[in-house]
Amino acid sequence: MRPVLEVSGLSQDFGGLRALSDLDLRVDANEIVALIGPNGAGKTTFFNCVTGIYTPTEGQMFLYDADDGKHLLNGKKPHVITAMGMARTFQNIRLFSDMTVLENVMVGRHCRTRAGIWGALSRDGHTRREEQESIDISYALLESLHLQNLWNEKARNLSYGAQRRLEIARALATEPRMLLLDEPAAGMNPQETHELEILVRGIRDARNLSILLIEHDMSMVMSLSDRIYVMEYGSCIAMGKPEEVRANPRVIKAYLGESDA
Amino acid sequence: MRRILKAVLTAIWFMALTLPVMGIKLNTLDQTVQWRFDRILWLGAGVFALAVIWDWCFSRKARGLPLLRLPKGWGAGLRNLSGRPHLKTGGLAILTLFMLVMPLTSSFYQTNIMISALLYVMLALGLNIVVGLAGQLVLGYVAFYAVGAYAYGLLYQFLGWGFWACLPVGGILAVLFGLALGFPVLRLRGDYLAIVTLGFGEIVRLALQNWTSLTGGPRGISDIPRPGFFGLEMDINASTTYVYYLVLAAVVITIIMISRLKNSRVGLALQALREDEIACEAMGIDITRVKLSAFALGSCWAGFAGVIFAAKTTYINPSSFTFMESAMILSMVVLGGMGSIAGVVIAAMILILAPEYLRAFSEYRMLIFGAIMVIMMIFRPQGLISGERRRYRISALHGAHNGGRA
Repeated sequence: MRPVLEVSGLSQDFGGLRALSDLDLRVDANEIVALIGPNGAGKTTFFNCVTGIYTPTEGQMFLYDADDGKHLLNGKKPHVITAMGMARTFQNIRLFSDMTVLENVMVGRHCRTRAGIWGALSRDGHTRREEQESIDISYALLESLHLQNLWNEKARNLSYGAQRRLEIARALATEPRMLLLDEPAAGMNPQETHELEILVRGIRDARNLSILLIEHDMSMVMSLSDRIYVMEYGSCIAMGKPEEVRANPRVIKAYLGESDA
Repeated sequence: MRRILKAVLTAIWFMALTLPVMGIKLNTLDQTVQWRFDRILWLGAGVFALAVIWDWCFSRKARGLPLLRLPKGWGAGLRNLSGRPHLKTGGLAILTLFMLVMPLTSSFYQTNIMISALLYVMLALGLNIVVGLAGQLVLGYVAFYAVGAYAYGLLYQFLGWGFWACLPVGGILAVLFGLALGFPVLRLRGDYLAIVTLGFGEIVRLALQNWTSLTGGPRGISDIPRPGFFGLEMDINASTTYVYYLVLAAVVITIIMISRLKNSRVGLALQALREDEIACEAMGIDITRVKLSAFALGSCWAGFAGVIFAAKTTYINPSSFTFMESAMILSMVVLGGMGSIAGVVIAAMILILAPEYLRAFSEYRMLIFGAIMVIMMIFRPQGLISGERRRYRISALHGAHNGGRA
């Protein structure tokens, strides 16, 4: 399999605290990989390193482009990494809440469009075409996430589940090769979680991208992911297919605590 | 009932409080004390009425009701009216006609007031880019206005440059100052940004005040020529009328430019920056660039307005560029509604024209002004006009549905 994201020896220190230590991770093309672990294990810190919000202390991160070219992510700014094909959602929803649903997705098109200030002021043919194209692509994305009826609502007025889906739509608008979902099912009921699962799988199949997700809902993780990484205290304690991980004694220990026997 | 009781208590409290000031008059010649209970009673009645109204407003606000209840059918009627395109064009046509004829039919004094109101419209629209769209709280905006004005004043004084040559130079210089301010404050936001920009505004003003050899210090620069019109000789009246049309044109251009900018790709990026900086960055927007663009674009209009201001008054000195002006312009943006173009234009007009025409009540002007601001912020914190949104045309929907109202 061809890799899309490859991370080796990643460590992140915050002062004296080692939040991530010597983490290796790899996501292949078209794969759905889950990152699980108890609260505070460093999962979101890992996302923040990979997307350029933090600069890791040690280690290397690479993103592969469509022609298998290997690009180092270390020290790149978040917007550059997004333009290279990495998109994410946030654990605590971070939508542009006073903008409409459509505009939220259109912001995601920013790095795939070019019009600048002069284009905006002159509104020449090229700018207008690009803008209409961006509107139509964004609307199509909303349709694929069943949000089309809400397109002109303000993002803040959406229900929780719809806000989560809008975050995914906005991330997809950047045309990623690698999509990072930070607890997409948090706060959803079992029915919504099931729908989300179908949706995520559908996105992977239709858009030919790789997905790395952090999730606490084990039934979703087990049925959705191709492989699972388990983290505890900033390092990876297990990796493998869902059934392997489920049977791993270290994972059971991390989640349930040590037995007294 | 309870409301009445509360109002009565308020009134009594007020009467007791103001009794020494309002109710007692010492006649120092006769050495007598005059009790003026009639005044106190009037005051009590006034406070009582106000308290009842105030309480009623708050109870409506608490229940989420609008302050004014329109008679049945009016609300829908008004919405219908505002939806009619020919009515809108009609209104705009009347407004255009009024603005065009205004200097020909009004006095010199009226025209001058209108010029300064239009200048403030321009400034408020410029600040609206930075504060309203990009959400960067800048308190030293008047500094860029000063840069524009002094650019013209100094270039004329030392090099003899004319108005038309200085107009672009003033704009460019203001942009450079905007960028100079923008770079160091890239990492700041909110209150911290406000304080730094406040300091920046003061630095510029103090530099102008104390650099006597260049700027003339507090004496300022005088005899700046009014804008020329192909070398035509104009008396002061004609020249004022000319400046009026010039400012009017500048305002129209500003409105067109800024509404285009607001709805563009760059405008969306600015608004995204206002909403959430981290998400904005994660969506592939270079926030350094967007912030600097916001500063540059905002200060550019202030620069233009400054050059026109210098040409209009023919005399500039640092006291025209105090923090009070920055606060005034910021009030216009907040009162009008962050990011709303029509709202900011209306607010700028009100805040400049109302004090001029309320000169009869000049002692109470600032009192009324303050009261209006407080009431606005309590009952309509989003500003006069908020949530004006562009209507998008979606190809997939076009024809099938009425776009924009799904």
